[in-house]
Amino acid sequence: MSIGILSFGGYVPRARLSRQAIVAANAWFNAGLKALGKGERSMANWDEDSVTMAVEAARDCLTGIDRTTLSAIHMASTSFPFQDRQNSGIVAAALDVEGGIQTLDLSSSQRAATSGLAAALRMAAGDGAPILFTAAEKRRTKAASPLEMTTGDGAAAVLVGDGDPVATFLAGHTETVDFVDHYRGQDEAYDYTWEERWVRDEGYMKIVPAAVAAVLAKAGVEPGAVDRFCFPAAARGVAAGLARKMGLREDAVADNLQANLGEAGAAHPLIMLVHALEQATPGEKILVTGFGQGCDALLFETTEALAALPARMGIAGHLARRRAESNYQKFLAFNDLITLERGLRAEVDKQTGLTTLFRNRGMVEGMIGGRCTQCGTLQFPKSNVCVNPNCGAVDSQEDQPFSDVRGRLNSFTADRLTYSPDPPAFYGMIQFDEGGRLMSDFTDVDPDADLRVGMPMRMMFRVKDYDTKRGFRRYFWKATPAENTITEE
Amino acid sequence: MAKGISDKVAILGMGCSKFGERWNDNAEDLMLEAFQEALTDAGIEKDQIDAAWFSTAIEEQHVGKSGVPLAIALRLPYIPVTRVENYCASGSEALRGAVYAVASGAADIALALGVEKLKDTGYGGLPQRSRGSVNDLVWANASAPGSFAQLASAYAAKHGIDRGDLKRAMAHISVKSHDNGAKNPKAHLRNKIDEDKVLNAPMVAEPLGLFDCCGVSDGSACAIVTTPEIARSLGKTDLITVKALQLAVSNGTEAQHNSWDGSYFMTARTAARRAYKEAGIENPREQISMFEVHDCFSITELVTMEDLFISPEGGAVKDVLDGFYDADGKIPCQIDGGLKCFGHPIGASGLRMVYEMYLQMQGRAGERQRADEPVFALTHNLGGFPHQNVCSVAIIGREGA
Repeated sequence: MSIGILSFGGYVPRARLSRQAIVAANAWFNAGLKALGKGERSMANWDEDSVTMAVEAARDCLTGIDRTTLSAIHMASTSFPFQDRQNSGIVAAALDVEGGIQTLDLSSSQRAATSGLAAALRMAAGDGAPILFTAAEKRRTKAASPLEMTTGDGAAAVLVGDGDPVATFLAGHTETVDFVDHYRGQDEAYDYTWEERWVRDEGYMKIVPAAVAAVLAKAGVEPGAVDRFCFPAAARGVAAGLARKMGLREDAVADNLQANLGEAGAAHPLIMLVHALEQATPGEKILVTGFGQGCDALLFETTEALAALPARMGIAGHLARRRAESNYQKFLAFNDLITLERGLRAEVDKQTGLTTLFRNRGMVEGMIGGRCTQCGTLQFPKSNVCVNPNCGAVDSQEDQPFSDVRGRLNSFTADRLTYSPDPPAFYGMIQFDEGGRLMSDFTDVDPDADLRVGMPMRMMFRVKDYDTKRGFRRYFWKATPAENTITEE
Repeated sequence: MAKGISDKVAILGMGCSKFGERWNDNAEDLMLEAFQEALTDAGIEKDQIDAAWFSTAIEEQHVGKSGVPLAIALRLPYIPVTRVENYCASGSEALRGAVYAVASGAADIALALGVEKLKDTGYGGLPQRSRGSVNDLVWANASAPGSFAQLASAYAAKHGIDRGDLKRAMAHISVKSHDNGAKNPKAHLRNKIDEDKVLNAPMVAEPLGLFDCCGVSDGSACAIVTTPEIARSLGKTDLITVKALQLAVSNGTEAQHNSWDGSYFMTARTAARRAYKEAGIENPREQISMFEVHDCFSITELVTMEDLFISPEGGAVKDVLDGFYDADGKIPCQIDGGLKCFGHPIGASGLRMVYEMYLQMQGRAGERQRADEPVFALTHNLGGFPHQNVCSVAIIGREGA
C-alpha cells in the first residue's frame, strides 16, 4: 500500500474555437493577437460551467470504481459558479454520493489545484479512504484580450488515496511568494494583468526552479531522471527554458496543449497531469507544477497498475471528441460579451423554489428514478404508483440512478421556436436500454446532425436554466449522441 | 356499463365570433359576440339559462381566473358558472359540463362558452411559460411544434415511410385547410396556398415548417344545450343531438413507460373507441359523415386519421394524398379550415369544431356547405403533447340516427 493516484479522468468541451476566427474579428483593434493566432481553444457550451465540467471529469475518473468508497470530493477552480454554495457539493449531488462525505472548494489562485492536490495527498496519508480531487476552469476573458486567445475551458479529476496507485506520490513542495502577475478583485469579472516579460523573467524563471529543486531534493531524484515535466503556463518557450535552467531533459517537457485546448487556468496542471498519465508507461517520473503567488511542485512515479486501469475518455478521448467552431460571435454570445437580442420568449422567469429543488434534488441533480420492487420496471421520475399498466403497485419503488444508463433515441426534433441560447433546441424521447424513458433536452448536437430513431444516447450533467434576475442556475441531465466516445456501448 | 349520453341532450343554439387578430377587442367583446349569435339561434332569453361552463386555458394572458369573467361579460343573473381548463381541449370540457348538467336533470338549459385572447403576448405562437415549479426542473425545453414534430420522426421510422413522402402528405393537409378556410368568412386565415409554399417555408421545428403549424388566434365560441323535449317545446324541429362525449387523459404511460412508440396518440384511440360505442357506430369509415380534428400541426391531423380508425394504420398518407379528406372527398376533414385556418383561440376551439358540424347539419354552412346530408359528425379536440395529453372525442348527429 502506498499513497498516490488511484485513478484519473478528464473533460474538454466539444467545441474548439479557431483562434484565426478570433484574430479575424479583433486584429483590427489589437494587431498583436496575430502572433497568437495558431490552433484552437476549447469552448464551453452555453450550458457548461466549471461544476458541470468537474462532474464529467469525475465520472470519467470513477470509471469502474464504486462511488460509495469515496471519503471526500474536493474541487479547485477560480471560476466557481457560486461564491456561497459549495460547488463541490453540487458535484457530490450529481454523483449521487451525498451524505457522510467531505466536500471542499479550493480557489483564489492559479495554483489552487496543485496546492489542493498536495493537501489531499497528505490527508489521504492520514485517513486512507480515497479522495476524489477535481479541478475545472471556465475563465472569463475580455474580447480581444491575449487571455481570450490563450485560455481554454476544461476539467480533470484524480482519485487519491492509499492503495495500489497508478502513480505513487514521491514528494511535494510549495514556494509561497506574493508575486502578483495578475489578479481579480472581488466583484470584478476579469483579470488585470501585468507585463509578460516581467512575469517570465522574475516570476516563472526564478520561483519555479526553487520549487522544483526543493521537491527533487526531497525525493532524492536527479533532474535528468524526470520523464515528464508539466508546466501549465501558455507563454511560449518558457517550459523549455525552465527545463534547460533546471537540468531537466528537453524531451521531458510535456505538451501544454496550447495548440488544441488552451490553458485552462487553475485546472490546467491537473489536465496536464492526467494527459501525462494517459501517455505514460510504468516507472516514469512525472513532475507537475502550479504557478500563482508562488509555485507548487509535485512528483509522481507511475506503476504497473497503470496498465490495469479500465478504458476511459480522459483528456485524449475528449480532445478527439471534437467539433470545429469558427463562429467567434457564438463565443461572445455564450460568454455574455455582447448584448444579444434574445427575444420576448427569453423573458420567462426562471426562479427556482429552493424548497422545491431540495425536495427533488435526487431527481434533478442525481437523476435518480425508481425501480419497482414488485415488477422490476424502471421509471423516471420515481413515483408513488408504478407506471407499468400491468402492475400499479403503490410505494414499491427503490432508487434507480439513470445518469450512467445508455439510451436510444425514440423521437426527436430541432426546435427554432422555443427560446434557446443556441438554436435550434434539440430534444426528444430517450428510451433507456434497461427500461425507463425521458423527454430530454439534448446537448452537444451538431447543427447539421443526422439524428436517427434508434441511435445510442448517453446523459451529461448540464445547466438547465439560468436565472439571470437572481444569479442562480439550475442543473439537470441532458442526452447527447453516444457515438464518438471511445468507451464501449 | 354506463348508458351514455346519446340523444339525451340537444343543441339549442350555437355562436362563434370571427377568429383572428382582434387587436381592438378584449376577451369580453369576443364572448358577447359569440353569445349573442347563440342566444338568437336558440330563440331564448338570457335568464332562461340555468348554469354555465366557461373554458379558457391561458387565462393569465387575458381574463384571469374563475367563472367571474363570464358572468360579468354577459351579466348573467347569479347563476352557477364553472371555469374549466384542460389544455387545448378546454372548449370540449365546457360542452361536457353543460351537456352532463342537462342530462342529469340538474339544469334545463345550460351554456358552454370558450374564449381565448392570445394576440396580446407580443409574439407569434403560444406564450412561453412555466410548466409548474417541479416540472420546470426536469422537463425538456419543449415548444408545442417541437413536441408534435416528433410524431413525424417516430411515425416515419415505424412505418418505413420516406420522410419526403410524409412531408408531402403533410403539405397536402395544409393546402386543403387553406382552400377550405378561404371559403369561411369567420376564419383567421383566408388565403389559398400551394404545396411548394408549404415545402419551402422556414423551419419551425423539424420537420414542421411554418405552414405545418396552425396560428394562434383571438376568438370565442359557444353552445346552448337542453333536452330534446324542451327543444321541441321551444318550436325546434330536426334536432341535432349529442351522441357521444368522451375524454381520455394520459396517466404517464406514454411519457414514462416503454410500451408507447411515439407515433400515435394512446388517448385518441381510447377516446375514439369509447365514443363510437357510446354513439352506436360500428364502422366509422362508412358511418362518419364529416369531422373536425385537432390539426394544431399537419402531422397531428395525419396520425389522427388512424387514431380515429378512419384510415388503416400506416394508411393515412395514401388517404390524404388520394383526397379522401378533402372538402369534396369521401369524408371531409376540417371543412371550415380547421385550427390551421379558422384559427386556434384555445378555450374556444373545441366548441368551434362543434359549431361547424352543427351548421353543416343544418345546411347553414354557406359556400362550404356539403351537398350530401350529414348524419354523424365527429370532433376531436386534443390538449398537451403527444407524450402527455388530454383527448376529447365528441359525436353529434341527427336525433334518432
